[in-house]
Amino acid sequence: MALIALEGLGFGYCGREALFRDVSLTLDAGERVAVLGENGVGKTTLLHVIMGLRVARSGRVCGFGESYQSEDDFMRLRQRVGYVFQDPDDQLFCPTVIEDLCFGPLNLGHSHEQALQQAEDILARLEIAHLRDRVSHQLSGGQKRLVTLASVLVMQPEVLLLDEPSNALDRGSRERLIETLLALPQAMILVSHDDDLVDRLATRRVRLASDGLHEAM
Amino acid sequence: MALLLRIWRAVLVHSASAWSGQALSDAPSAVARLDPRLRLVIVLGFALGVNLASLLAKLLMLCLALACCYGAKIPPRKLLRRLLLIEGFMLFVLVFLPFSVPGEPMFTLGALSASIEGLWQAMHIILNATAVVAMVLAMLASLSAFALAQTLAKLGAPMMLVMLMLFFVRYLEVMGTELRRMRASMRARAFRPGSNRHTWRSYGHLVGMAVLRGMERAERVQMAMRCRGFRGEYLRNYPHVWRQLDTLVAVGMVIAMGGLLWL
Ligand SMILES: Nc1ncnc2c1ncn2[C@@H]1O[C@H](COP(=O)(O)OP(=O)(O)OP(=O)(O)O)[C@@H](O)[C@H]1O
Ligand SMILES: [Mg+2]
Repeated sequence: MALIALEGLGFGYCGREALFRDVSLTLDAGERVAVLGENGVGKTTLLHVIMGLRVARSGRVCGFGESYQSEDDFMRLRQRVGYVFQDPDDQLFCPTVIEDLCFGPLNLGHSHEQALQQAEDILARLEIAHLRDRVSHQLSGGQKRLVTLASVLVMQPEVLLLDEPSNALDRGSRERLIETLLALPQAMILVSHDDDLVDRLATRRVRLASDGLHEAM
Repeated sequence: MALLLRIWRAVLVHSASAWSGQALSDAPSAVARLDPRLRLVIVLGFALGVNLASLLAKLLMLCLALACCYGAKIPPRKLLRRLLLIEGFMLFVLVFLPFSVPGEPMFTLGALSASIEGLWQAMHIILNATAVVAMVLAMLASLSAFALAQTLAKLGAPMMLVMLMLFFVRYLEVMGTELRRMRASMRARAFRPGSNRHTWRSYGHLVGMAVLRGMERAERVQMAMRCRGFRGEYLRNYPHVWRQLDTLVAVGMVIAMGGLLWL
């Protein structure tokens, strides 16, 4: 059973011509698919459509043996698929890092103690425990990036969607991020312009164009 | 215009930082140990009580509120700054009310005469405002926006309004941040305000874009929240339990307020 299966997705922003059409993709367990493409081709938008944040003009989003249509459907999908936004400032909104990390688990219905415990665990795993009580909008760009990753991982998703995860990271943090991602069991769809990261992580590459996804070398 | 902008920015930045800093200032104090529901109800009851009280009782209630601030370990400087902000507005009341309320003349200024009744009314309003603000600060300053939202939800406020409050707070912060960023980028490109066409145009763009970008960012923030499973249930998950101490404080408050009102 495919974790994520896109069937002929098409999308265009309202009042504009289609950005892409006929996008099909299957993501199986253990796969890390890199989505490539120039700036502005619609990679971020595609991830939005997969998460149900924007409504596809045509085609279907399926996964885990179900098809997703309404907001309620997608709510179920979002409990199993974690999405790290391109811009960390979109994602962090609680005053402190630890509160932001607890946000997801609390939404999943875990108790405060459980959420706190999970948050502490993930902080330790990404080696950013020192950021625990920092004010989240005062972190540096790279620190924010790691915290957003933590805020998604803490929900223990089965699939990860990563939008340019190595942006703004220094060499050390980038290295640690790649190691961390390599060690994760989750299947991933990753959008990145970082060739080295793609080389080391991706098990498969596809290129997005307006007429669909093409296998890339 | 530049002054207006500066005030607007100060208000935005101040309210945003004020709110986000609060969760941090949740130092263990006597007030922070109380159930947030109780704290909210105290504020509401207090506001009502103050409005009904006599001038002397109002004075005593202000003392009560200040005592609560002490109990909440509000830093005196912060308290003073907030109160000064209010008193600034109150100055207008003090200056204008005596002239606009008819009654026994106190003194005359040309064709205008200031009435004693007006002065008393001004005193009432000033004491009301000061006491209520002090009490709000004492009771709610240590609550984060989220905790306050949870409390409101628990007390049965409509979910729509609670969410609105929450997003309003978030939006203020977002707009403040956008404004700060754009100003920094303007300054970095050697922008110097003057009274010329270029300045007005640029400020026009700045304000327009702050609103627009704020809106778009707010939308993306909301998307990110949905991605992490946010539907509002989170707000219904109220973490505090009512304890004996809360009952005790509630009874104490009712007696104190009742006594002061009867005075
Ligand atoms: N909210 C929006 N409304 C209208 N058009 C938009 C909106 N967001 C993006 N676009 C347009 O849609 C196109 C695709 O944008 P998208 O952000 O998906 O690109 P991307 O492939 O992620 O690019 P990058 O590699 O630069 O991140 C762009 O041309 C952009 O201008
Ligand atoms: Mg993008």
